[in-house]
Amino acid sequence: MISGLFNYWIVVILMMAGLYIVMSSGHLVKKIIGLNIFQTSVFIFFISMGKVSGGTAPILKDGFTLYSNPLTHVLILTAIVVGVATTALGLAISVRIYEAYGTVEEDEIAELDADNRQNETSVTTVAYNKK
Amino acid sequence: MLVATVVIIVKLDRLMTAVMMMGFFSLLSSCIFMILDAVDVAFTEAAVGAGASTIFFLAALAIVGHTSKKRTRQRTILPLAMVTCIGIVLIYATFDMPRFGTADAPIQQHVTPRYINDSADEVGPPNIVTSVLASYRGYDTFGEAGVVFTAFIGVLLLLGAGTRQSGLERPAPPNTQVESMRQKIILREVADLLIAPVLVFALYVQWHGDFGPGGGFQAGVIFASVIVLYALIYGIVPAQQLFPPRKLAYFPALGWLLYGGVGIVSMIKGGNFLDYGALMTDPHDGQHYGILIIELGIGITVAAVMINIFFSLSERSL
Amino acid sequence: MIEQLPAIQLLLTLIAAPICSMLRNGDRSWWLATAASWASVVVACLILNQVWGGGTISYHMGGWPPPWGIEVVIDELTAIVLLLVTLFGALVMTALRESLSTIMRHQRQSLYYTAFLLCMASLIGITITGDAFNVFVFLEISSLATYTLIARGRDRRALTAAFRYLIMGTIGATFILIAIGFMYMLTGTLNMADLAERLPAHKDNHVLHASFAFFIVGIGLKIALFPLHYWLPNAYTYAPKATTAFLAATATKVSLYVMIRFVFDVYGLEFSFQQMHLGTLLVPLSIAGILIASLTAVFQTDAKRLLAWSSVSQLGYMALGVGILNVNGLTAAITHMFNHAMMKAGLFLALATMIYRVQSSQLTALAGIGRTMPLTTGAFTVLGIGLIGVPFTAGFVSKWYLITGVLDKGWLPVAALLIVSSLMAIIYIGKMIDVMYFKPAPEEFSNAQEAPLSMLIPCWIFALLTIYFGIDTRLTAGLAGRVASNLLGGA
Repeated sequence: MISGLFNYWIVVILMMAGLYIVMSSGHLVKKIIGLNIFQTSVFIFFISMGKVSGGTAPILKDGFTLYSNPLTHVLILTAIVVGVATTALGLAISVRIYEAYGTVEEDEIAELDADNRQNETSVTTVAYNKK
Repeated sequence: MLVATVVIIVKLDRLMTAVMMMGFFSLLSSCIFMILDAVDVAFTEAAVGAGASTIFFLAALAIVGHTSKKRTRQRTILPLAMVTCIGIVLIYATFDMPRFGTADAPIQQHVTPRYINDSADEVGPPNIVTSVLASYRGYDTFGEAGVVFTAFIGVLLLLGAGTRQSGLERPAPPNTQVESMRQKIILREVADLLIAPVLVFALYVQWHGDFGPGGGFQAGVIFASVIVLYALIYGIVPAQQLFPPRKLAYFPALGWLLYGGVGIVSMIKGGNFLDYGALMTDPHDGQHYGILIIELGIGITVAAVMINIFFSLSERSL
Repeated sequence: MIEQLPAIQLLLTLIAAPICSMLRNGDRSWWLATAASWASVVVACLILNQVWGGGTISYHMGGWPPPWGIEVVIDELTAIVLLLVTLFGALVMTALRESLSTIMRHQRQSLYYTAFLLCMASLIGITITGDAFNVFVFLEISSLATYTLIARGRDRRALTAAFRYLIMGTIGATFILIAIGFMYMLTGTLNMADLAERLPAHKDNHVLHASFAFFIVGIGLKIALFPLHYWLPNAYTYAPKATTAFLAATATKVSLYVMIRFVFDVYGLEFSFQQMHLGTLLVPLSIAGILIASLTAVFQTDAKRLLAWSSVSQLGYMALGVGILNVNGLTAAITHMFNHAMMKAGLFLALATMIYRVQSSQLTALAGIGRTMPLTTGAFTVLGIGLIGVPFTAGFVSKWYLITGVLDKGWLPVAALLIVSSLMAIIYIGKMIDVMYFKPAPEEFSNAQEAPLSMLIPCWIFALLTIYFGIDTRLTAGLAGRVASNLLGGA
């Protein structure tokens, strides 16, 4: 009985590790890595639940009657592509952040922003005067 | 093994290695997908997860630098607590789950049997995943191509591709380029050998999606990876001369419009949106050609988007 | 033609988007985008007309019957949200050209319109779909488009705001994906109506409990439900000008709609509220959210940030309306969803129009603007009064229902707190209006002129609609009341 759940437990551990990276890491790129791992583990979860013991890949062939669930595969195909799209956009934003701040460490960015906020009014006026 | 990989990533401060380990993680999970009978998913994960995203990460790291700072103590406790809570909820849920691999679990009962039993008659391709992806749930896939397109628009808006500092206008730094080319002679030979067969393979994957694993998404990524390989070996400038980013930027939209166009034609012919059966007098032919065309549309979109994003990211690092 | 309307509704904006990206000419893209969005307003009206009085449209994508194919379902609630998204989207789109012309080059503009159209189209997609997984797909399109729109802000903090939203949003979306996976695991279907039929049999199953928890957290992140609102103030503050108006009007509202759909229709009323005690969770949190966010708004010195905090507090009203679980409360939630979208979009748009001239959203820079830009400030004042909830404005209608709903429950203290928060709204809106009319204008802005018509007219349309819906409530509260009693009475 326990062995039937072993797979899911591993997936849970993986998901949590991914989520932990997202939350604990201060480096923006590493956050995206964590996000990737989190998502991939969810994919493994979906595929696990579609598996039928003794089944085969869902490509019709004579002589096989037991196939694993094709629907989960379709869903995960979609989700994988969504994942890579998010990754690409996230990376693009972090590249822009690097160009704007010179760093991709969260706490350093926060410091720079705090400096910014102190002379907020003067900055905006200056920006206007330049125009 | 997966767990071990992830633990290493958590510990690593060197991002380069972390990205490599992530690619490794993707490959491992693609093996797991294989074992779990999900050949299409395994294929996609290997191409997209291990291939494309790793390349994007490396291109981004080339810009933002390779190391992350040591984490401070205080940050670890709160996330750990939250993660544990969520984990407990999940574990709590697992006890009521149908056991792994059981054939009479609800998900194998309700909707799926029709896909397995009737898709050959109703849609045609022996690969059930293709039938479901392109026809039964073709609307989802249309949205999915839309996600890729949106990411493309986003990256283009944020980074620009070929408009800011076009590779064509910028002279390649001659000396270093030649130097590095000479050093890479073995790589070049290997690459020359690889490029043609991989291109053929991409086309095969594109058209063979009906029968075996594969289809537009995988083919698009494989095609893009060839170009990326070319760019890595010969430098980004020749690659951009081959595929001018300005022109390339039309293709994602064209591919997606091709997909949408099939849907609209089927509406004009009296069916619902994306009802390929309405395309031709014989619904089977209609399904067949409909799937073929939309897979082509997906392939074009995905390939063009991947190449474009790679160009945009790597252009910034020059 | 009529039976194809749902597909046309989506396709108008969705197909216009890639064409727009290929035009590479800001002006032509804008014409196309504006035409497409107004055309979809027309379609939304036709659909509303068709379902008015309780009809339901079901459309089978790809010709496959549900649950095998993907179904599109439109009822009255869907139709009103559709109208909200398309109408307010089209109004903001109309004003967008002038607003963008100062900050972006022509070629970029067409991409920006593309992202805007994609965002609108995907919100329409989320609204009309009857398939749980399809919600996830369109949610991702809308999120990616939103991150892009925010990141294009002028300030570099727009980038960090967008990044933070990206991380939070993706976690939220993945949570929703997990929730959908759990539901699928139990029932073997993804169709919402089918799920609703099959889920009650599993109501004691731990998997369903976890699914519900993950769904609420995930969608809560998207709605910016207090205390998951962390990403919202920065995202709204730094998003470029008119875009904030669109986001404030639609993105969070559509998420709220998704929540109502799932909580009432998919999980079912009995499960959500009696077994999972959603009400006892929502009510205290939303009250805390209303008060804390209003209080924060009072102390802001940046006009956009002030309005963003006010949004968090107003979202609290809607969550409270859902949480108190009676017809008046739910009517208030749905009415306020529409009314607040209208008023907040108008306010942000009027503010964007002012910023268009003075180039800053600091309150000090807006001083005295009532004299240099009287028409814009006039529209802003009308909308602000609506937001406070003065009688004969739209804001009054929704607050009236909300307070009636609370009193129906006999929760006098809660009603008192609502009045306190309305007082705070008077303070923060009053503070802005006071600055605009009665403070002397700073030297450098004293020659600011009235805004161009293409921005001014949408502002006034929002303002006039606020008054109109304060008097004629058939479309908003009338319809919301029917929907609410359906949602509650059906179970």
